[in-house]
Amino acid sequence: MKFGVVVFPGSNCDDDMIHVLGDVVGASVRKLWHKEESLGDLTTDDCIILPGGFSYGDYMRAGAIARFSPIMTAVIEHANAGGYVWGICNGFQILCEAGLLPGVLLHNDTQRFTCKNVYLKPATDKSAITAKLDQNKAYKIPIAHAEGRFHADEATINQLVANQQVLFYYCDESGQVTADTNPNGTLRNIAGICNEKRNVFGMMPHPERAAEDLLGNTDGLDLFTSLLASTEVAV
Amino acid sequence: MPTTQPAVNLEVAKNLGLNAEEFEKIHKIMGREPNFTELSIFSVMWSEHCSYKNSITWLKTLPRDGSRLLVEAGEENAGLVDIGDGLGCAFKIESHNHPSAIEPYQGAATGVGGIHRDIFTMGARPIAALNSLRFGDIKEPHTRRLVKGVVSGIGDYGNCFGVPTVGGEVYFNSCYNQNILVNAMSVGIVKAGETVSASADGPGNPVFIVGSATGKDGIHGATFASADLTEDSADDLPAVQVGDPFQEKLLLEASLEVITTGAVVGMQDMGAAGITCSTSEMSAKSGTGMQIDLSKVPTRQSNMVPFEILLSESQERMLIVAKKGEEQKLLDVFDKWDLECEEIGVVTDTGRLEFFYEGKKVADVPAEPLVLGGGAPVYEREYTRPAYFDKIAAFDQESITTPDDTLATAKQLFASPNIVSKRWIYEQYDSMVRTNSMGTNAPSDAALVRVKGSTKALAVTTDCNSAYVYADPYKGTMIAVAEAARNIVCSGGLPVAITNCLNFGNPYNPEVYFQFVNAIKGMGEACRKFDTPVTGGNVSFYNQSVHKNGTEPVYPTPTIGMLGLLDHYDQAMTLYFKEAGQSIYLLGQSREDLGSSEYLRLIHGVEQSPVPHFDLEEEYALQQEVSKIIKAGLIDACHDVSEGGLFVTLMEAAMPKGIGFEVNTDASIRKDAFLFGESQSRVMVAVKPEQEEALLNHLKAQNIINTKLGQTVAGNVAIDGQDFGAVREWKSTYDHTLGELIEQ
Repeated sequence: MKFGVVVFPGSNCDDDMIHVLGDVVGASVRKLWHKEESLGDLTTDDCIILPGGFSYGDYMRAGAIARFSPIMTAVIEHANAGGYVWGICNGFQILCEAGLLPGVLLHNDTQRFTCKNVYLKPATDKSAITAKLDQNKAYKIPIAHAEGRFHADEATINQLVANQQVLFYYCDESGQVTADTNPNGTLRNIAGICNEKRNVFGMMPHPERAAEDLLGNTDGLDLFTSLLASTEVAV
Repeated sequence: MPTTQPAVNLEVAKNLGLNAEEFEKIHKIMGREPNFTELSIFSVMWSEHCSYKNSITWLKTLPRDGSRLLVEAGEENAGLVDIGDGLGCAFKIESHNHPSAIEPYQGAATGVGGIHRDIFTMGARPIAALNSLRFGDIKEPHTRRLVKGVVSGIGDYGNCFGVPTVGGEVYFNSCYNQNILVNAMSVGIVKAGETVSASADGPGNPVFIVGSATGKDGIHGATFASADLTEDSADDLPAVQVGDPFQEKLLLEASLEVITTGAVVGMQDMGAAGITCSTSEMSAKSGTGMQIDLSKVPTRQSNMVPFEILLSESQERMLIVAKKGEEQKLLDVFDKWDLECEEIGVVTDTGRLEFFYEGKKVADVPAEPLVLGGGAPVYEREYTRPAYFDKIAAFDQESITTPDDTLATAKQLFASPNIVSKRWIYEQYDSMVRTNSMGTNAPSDAALVRVKGSTKALAVTTDCNSAYVYADPYKGTMIAVAEAARNIVCSGGLPVAITNCLNFGNPYNPEVYFQFVNAIKGMGEACRKFDTPVTGGNVSFYNQSVHKNGTEPVYPTPTIGMLGLLDHYDQAMTLYFKEAGQSIYLLGQSREDLGSSEYLRLIHGVEQSPVPHFDLEEEYALQQEVSKIIKAGLIDACHDVSEGGLFVTLMEAAMPKGIGFEVNTDASIRKDAFLFGESQSRVMVAVKPEQEEALLNHLKAQNIINTKLGQTVAGNVAIDGQDFGAVREWKSTYDHTLGELIEQ
């Protein structure tokens, strides 16, 4: 599997993602400029990453303008054809704005930007990025966002849960999911979801920030290795 | 469009911040009466902010040489230090005090933007930010409003720009009630040979303005920053600039990309005094001149007159001198990033700055006399020993009674806003983007930042306890330098160089100038001792509160931003206890000294007492030894003693992993001094049982004064056998107090 990391104007986690995928994981990865209209040599076997940051300065709403970037047409085609798309933080917001994922990310209930380590409990093993995770472990992965409160109507949320489309819940160090472990007011502590076809992933926490011993935390690396390992099996 | 200009006379000059002598000097330089636009150019360039006219004489006494320095202090927009492996580190700290006092959100935001631009205009990519903040009494609603505004301003700008805030400091003291201090520092990395100079070489080369369009914001901002802050200062709101971090992010990427095309001759960001400052400094540096057509400058408003375009401090703009014939390379890069890029003039060999508007020359001034080191005025100010020194000298420590209830005292002190965690603040900053922050999961005394593409790590810190500087400007400033160096050494690094942000009152007040002069003397002496030359920084005078009965300067606050280096990130040392069963030692001498401590201020209400004990040689020797002990791998944790004394040091080491400690005080020293005193040159270390003998042998062989304090234990704290409760309860106070105080 090769990776393409889309660079929107204002993306600022693109380099981090390329560092982790290229230098840590050892995968083939390249940048995709948002004005490009095709994904080049990347195929549906490959994964497009929409990285974190402040595309278009979060003007209007986070992700609201980036969805109109020329490359998004190709990204949507890629997703519809079954290719993997993974949006993190601002990437998640863009995926929701683009309609590739249901729901919306609202301002945190604290009304503040929050950057800190949080714990995530995998909610399903039926997705490539969670398949190889320890379903009983609390993964320490940081968040850094002002608009991360996932919201959708009741029916949509119920459907997401029923279909096992919820990927992660915010929990405590021991894996307990409670109101106290909800960092932003997100519905039912949801931290990340996938689409019905299970090839488009969105999550607010940043696994690429927790992928090196040097930084004292490699919990996030497991998501990348899960993706690679589970797609190898599929092929 | 009005092309006629207002008449010029001494009254007008004074309104622009010039004095009679300066007005006369301008006449001489011009050989005629300047027009209003020309007078405005002189007024901003000769403002304190741009010219350093009241400080440069003393700044020149600071050590500014070192084998690692790649540019001389003041030569470029920031200091540049060789860190090896073909890499350079550009770093600088700057104040944005007056704008932040008036409009905290934009003031702080544009302070962050301005300092990052100073770094990337040199070709370096900013990889870390720090900030040093001083607020008034936290009980004042006005203070809390300012805290919220400043913190969200710094956060919104830095978070969007995508550079992590990795460290800093926050203090609360009523001396800053009206005049807060907002000092922002940026640290960047550049490959050797890829740096860009702020020069305008090559007559005939085209001059471009890139980035945001020019608006009416910030006109006369430099003059505003060079005057007393008064009750009427809020009327100067248009002098505060407005920031757009998204534009800055685009400007960063485009600027670094355009450098790789080879088409750039020189580049300078536009901060204070906008186009005026960048054109004059670049021209003066190269001994050239420029012809600039102001009607080509993209503007936000249609009704801007030439002097407004010249003086606008609109943010996120750069001036670029390009190689003639290679203009298209510039245009292509800025087009890619959807930024304005307009050719507005040409480099000349006349040494003059000629500004045109709609075909008409509106100003014609020589570049050299405008700039620092050129013809800008230089003043030597008088200074006298401050009268309040008598009160400090009269302090009698014997008059302070040791509290009976140590636990209650410790709890009260520990909840001071100056001691508790600044979590409520720093969690609003992205501290992890760029994935180099080694302190996120393993904190050290300085912020450790991995340098990708090498084995190196930077150790960076900002330090200044202004209460010490107030008590003794000379020693207090030496302590600021020493503490910065100590933080770096305790993190496993080698102190390399400093940048300074000199926040003082009105320089025309002889007592304030005494503080300034002695602070510089102390800084110079300490920097020479630690071999940390001064690479640049800034001076912010006129920081004071205005009362009905006069003015009161802020505590003198010479903030030190220090850069340290770890040749290999494996050398990193952390500050916290890892496990129970380790021995805890204090390296350095315990003293019966309460001077200028947070304890004395908070518990006993004493604002004026002597600076804590400090001896430069003793400090230097201790740091050398600590460095050797860390390199030898003899210790497991290392944390210096600072605000709040040894008790707070131990608590800070205990909280990250919830490891407790049992220690005993020294019966020969009064208990409050032992636990809460802030005498300098002390470092706490923890050692694994299997290494204790080796450590003790080393300490003995090297003759290092040390005291065994006790050991780490599971979860609880005990001092002299008294139960101080669970670490997690202390941590709860530590983590939540500041937020509760601010949100009340």
